[in-house]
Amino acid sequence: MNRFIWPLVGFVVLVALLAVGLQLNPREVPSPLVGKPAPAFALPKLGAMEQTFSPKDMQGKVWLLNVWASWCVSCRQEHPILVEIARNKAITLVGLNYKEVRGDGGFDMDKISAETEKSMAIERAGTWLKRHGDPYALSVLDLDGRVGIDYGVYGVPETYVIDKAGVIRWKHIGPITPDIFSAKIMPLVAELSK
Amino acid sequence: MTAPISARHLACGLLSSLVLTFPVFAREAAPLAQDEAAEKRLNAISSELRCLVCQNESLAGSNAELAHDLRREIRGMIQAGKSDGEIMDFMVSRYGDFVRYRPPLKDTTLLLWFGPGLLFAAGVGGLFVFLRGRSRRIDDQPLSEAERQKAERLLRGDGGQRS
Repeated sequence: MNRFIWPLVGFVVLVALLAVGLQLNPREVPSPLVGKPAPAFALPKLGAMEQTFSPKDMQGKVWLLNVWASWCVSCRQEHPILVEIARNKAITLVGLNYKEVRGDGGFDMDKISAETEKSMAIERAGTWLKRHGDPYALSVLDLDGRVGIDYGVYGVPETYVIDKAGVIRWKHIGPITPDIFSAKIMPLVAELSK
Repeated sequence: MTAPISARHLACGLLSSLVLTFPVFAREAAPLAQDEAAEKRLNAISSELRCLVCQNESLAGSNAELAHDLRREIRGMIQAGKSDGEIMDFMVSRYGDFVRYRPPLKDTTLLLWFGPGLLFAAGVGGLFVFLRGRSRRIDDQPLSEAERQKAERLLRGDGGQRS
């Protein structure tokens, strides 16, 4: 009897391991930024390019930094939820527009000057927000994606919860779903706002 | 327990991977043709790094747009005279140990580093125990004369007491 039990036990353990492995999402890479101060930057505001925004302007507030772009399909998917959040005035949303023009892939960047890229980005991002609604207190333009690199962005959309002291408390990669919002973001923001 | 993968998740994953990998026309920063050593260093460093967008490709081999950006970033750091260690730290502080194909040895990676060795040792140990047990079971005492005659009778098929 014993002879047959052990191979069986081994098989069951293997199946269990594989079953757990299939449930894991390899795209969910733990961010080393959680628990660290949000990287500093100063980027021009969409709609008021002569002004810049820095994370330290939000000192004392709990806020969400949402990385988006008009070419990003999943952003459109999550957008209604962001609009809903903004309507409830629950949380301040700041948009980080990530590589609006060069991220699109449809342009030959060798033929586009820096000035043209900027005006194209303003135009495209503005139109998109007009069409789908603007949930952001403000959006900033990260034309070349350098700030995105500092935030470890590798798939748009991404969302960061930043606390009153300017520390990143949570990061979500991919579109926010209503479930994620009510189960994770809402409670966390409520706790941090205390 | 996470929810099982739904068709929506799959579709979303496919879509986002399309979105993320589509812009292959992106401009590559001009290579430092005059500085072959720097290009070699770039290649060596980026071969050690995982491309976050296409996770099974190295940063050196990936054509994803983020990989272009990160190579540009590494090039800049090489030009600025940063050491390999500093460049590695830059990447790890943003994307975590996951970007390294050779993860550092620490308590969370002990199993990763030594698991295969442990499994191998357990296998060899198991085989050893099994073989020793088997050789002990094999009776290598020579047959006595009576037993030999009995065996021969049995083999010939004539007589021998049937029990």
